[in-house]
This record gives sequence, structure tokens and C-alpha cells, in this order.
Amino acid sequence: MTPILSVRQVAKRYGQRYGCREVSFDLYPGEVLCIVGESGSGKSTLLSTLAGKLAADEGEVTFRDVNGTEHDLLTLAEADRRRLARTEWGFVTQHARDGLRMNVSAGANVSERLMALGQRHYGELRATAGEWLEKVEISAERLDDRPSQFSGGMQQRLQIARNLVTKPRLVFMDEPTGGLDVSVQARFLDLLRRLVHETGIAVIMVTHDLGVARLLAHRTLVMQQGRVVEAGLTDQILDDPQHPYTQLLVSSILQA
Amino acid sequence: MTTLLIDAQNVSKTFVLHQQDGLALPVLDDVSLQVAAGECVALVGPSGAGKSTFLKALYANYLVQAGTIGIFHRGAWVNMATALPHQIVEVRRHTLGYVSQFLRVIPRVSALDIVAEPLVEWGESQEAARVVAGEWLARLNISERLWSLPPATFSGGEQQRVNIARGMIAPRPILLLDEPTASLDAANRAVVIALMQEAKARGAALVGIFHDEATRDTIADRLFTVPLARRLDTAKELTA
Repeated sequence: MTPILSVRQVAKRYGQRYGCREVSFDLYPGEVLCIVGESGSGKSTLLSTLAGKLAADEGEVTFRDVNGTEHDLLTLAEADRRRLARTEWGFVTQHARDGLRMNVSAGANVSERLMALGQRHYGELRATAGEWLEKVEISAERLDDRPSQFSGGMQQRLQIARNLVTKPRLVFMDEPTGGLDVSVQARFLDLLRRLVHETGIAVIMVTHDLGVARLLAHRTLVMQQGRVVEAGLTDQILDDPQHPYTQLLVSSILQA
Repeated sequence: MTTLLIDAQNVSKTFVLHQQDGLALPVLDDVSLQVAAGECVALVGPSGAGKSTFLKALYANYLVQAGTIGIFHRGAWVNMATALPHQIVEVRRHTLGYVSQFLRVIPRVSALDIVAEPLVEWGESQEAARVVAGEWLARLNISERLWSLPPATFSGGEQQRVNIARGMIAPRPILLLDEPTASLDAANRAVVIALMQEAKARGAALVGIFHDEATRDTIADRLFTVPLARRLDTAKELTA
């Protein structure tokens, strides 16, 4: 199996300081990777850098598209990057408000990426949007409602539908469960797990919640002060952590 | 001729506790074990000798510092000690099952779906997998009125039986079992023993820790004593 994303020695600087540095890993199709670490460890910086929202200062990031063509993300022309972002990637933000258009209907939110890919047939767009609302457990009757009328959990699910409707192969997620009540979080995790299985997408997710990583991620990267201090199979990292920082992190989990 | 499914050679494992001034705790020292298809091996040894650690090393849940852990997966040997995460996930999904004492699942998912999940991952439809999951739950005496409920509120024994159903529903060639009958009554223990016998009969290799000697004597073809690691003095302090 060839990786969908290959990351080599990536670094992002803020002035003299490194936000993240010396990050290398391969991501395979269908794999869910969690990046964990405390605030300021560089995990969100890394995610934004990989997703092309921040320009990397060092390293190489290679993405293989659906045709097997390799793209060097750090030197890619902006137009090509936008095309990939529309067709092959998704980005789910922590606050649904940042990832949704709040002043248009739920249906329009879901259809936007389809329209950007050239779909114009109103009936078809509406039908697809309705199907996706149902998939993320929102009644299709809410198609014409605006996201502002939705609860936080519904908004987050709408954001997932908006991203997955074009069948991307790689989805970046920044603390997607961060703003949700615990009771809503469980259902959201179950939905995500099902969609990952059904669609075979690869996911890179930033979370500070090791419980979320255990339930969702095949693989985990642990970050401290901008570097990856440990990487591997999620249950191995949580049950047999090797690095002093990971041992501290794991031993600090509150047992409910 | 016997077909080997597990071939672990010279496995060593030392825990280093960085929060205890880097205290090194050797648990496995040069352990080798081979298990054939249709065979059940019971791990034995005093508490703290590393039975559970060895079982977890076979599953690649624990990292080992030395040795190879060969698992026969789809016609080829995979060394779990050096395999990449996505390869380990693949081996676990199709070849290597693990039944632990504890159920770790997404909250608010029904017992039926939790049990059905491994079959869905094998490509079964949700509906077909649910039918089989129901058969397993029924066999393990989980009342049908509980099937649609998440197991968080179940009793310890019920949770363990859900766990056994989830761990055994997909007929994987290798099963690792950590005290599968620990908190079960006699009737349910008999069901689990029968399930393990059936797994052996279809050619699965089983490695288990069975606290209950009667269970062990019924199911195991041979006992394997996990040898004590050399620096016993340190190990004693920590397991005392």
C-alpha cells in the first residue's frame, strides 16, 4: 500500500521560534491519525501547515491524488492547492461557525462544494444534500433551516456533511469534539467512526483528549514543544508509553 | 504435520518508568513460544511473572526491545515487533483477536452493534452482522431486552460476555484470551469453554491466561511457564 500523504522533516517558524519542527510520518488510505499534546505543543500549527493553511518553512509534504499523481504541497501553485482542497481534502474546524456559512441554509452549506465542482442541477443538489443530512443524523426536513437554528452538536455534524459530500480522501480535523457536551460527543464519535469505515477516508485529527484518540485513531503522534516525541499504534502509546512526556500525559488522565 | 500460526522468538521486554527516576523493570527475558493451528496454550507462572505482558506483546499492544513476534497472516509471516501501525491494524482485523477483561467502546452504542462491528469491518452488511451478533449474545445468555442498550450500565459479567462475543464473532485464526472466564458463573463459563473448543476445532490457535484451573485443564493442550526475568529483586519490589 502506498501512503496518501508523506511528511518529511516539516517545520514551521514563527519568527525565531519553531511552532513545529522535524515532523515526519506517512499516512495510509483509511487510516485515522490523532495528534495529541497539551496546548502550545504545536499540534494545531502542524495540522494547519499540512493542510496548507500555513506555509511551511522546511521539509517536504507529498500528497498522492486519486489518480496516483504526486503533488509536492509546499511548492504547489495556489490554484492547484485550491483545486485539491475542494476535491480531495476536507477541513473540519473546532468551532462549527468557522467552518460553516451561517447566513445560508443547511442545504446550501452541504451543496457548496458540489457546486464548486460544477454540479448545477438544483433537484440533484437538493437530493444529495438531503441524503447527507440524514447520514449525519439530521432530518432532511431541516434542509432550508440556517445553521444558526441548530444546536452545537448538529452544527458539527453539518460541518462533517459539508466536508464529506464530495467524497474527499483526506480530512483534517481540529479538535472536532472540543466544543461538544460529553453526551453529544459520544454520538458524534460513533458517527465519525462509521463514516470513516464506510467512506475509507484518511483522517488527521488534533485532539487533547486521549480518550477520543483511543476510540477513533489507529495511530497517534504525541507532540511536545513543537516536536513529535512519540509515534505509533494508539493503544500501544496509551498502554505502554515510552517517552517521559507520554508517560506523564497518560498517567494524568482522570478515571471516570 | 502441524501448521504454525505463532512463532515468537527471544522476546525481551523491560519497562522504564521515567516518573520513578527511570527505574528499569525487566519483565520478559528471552521468551520463545510457538503455537500451532488447533492448539490451545495456557500461560502460567506466578503473579508478576509477565503472563499478561507476554500476551500483550503478542498483540503488539506492548513494545518489545528484542526478539521477533511472528504471526502467520494471510499466507505470510508478519513480525509484529517491527510491523508498521497500519500493518498491525490489518493483522488484528483479519487474523489476531484479543479478548480482554475490560470492555472499551464508544459510549451510547448498543451492545448489538458493538458485537457486530468486527463482522462489519470484514465487509458484512450491518443487518447481516446484527443477526449473527444476536445469535452470539443469545448464546452467551444476554437477555434480548438488553441488546439495544449500551453496555455501560451492564453488570461486570454481562460486560465481559459482550466483550467475548465481540472478540470471537469474527472467526480469526488466532485468539489471545486474558482471563476470559474471570467473572462468570458456572453456566456461562461452560458456554465460553464450548466457544473456545469450537474455535480450536475450526483450526484456530489459542493463547490464554486462565486463572481458573478447571477451565485451564479443560481447554489447554499444554502449559507454558513464562520464565521470570533475571533481575527479580527489582521486579519483586514493584509487584509486592
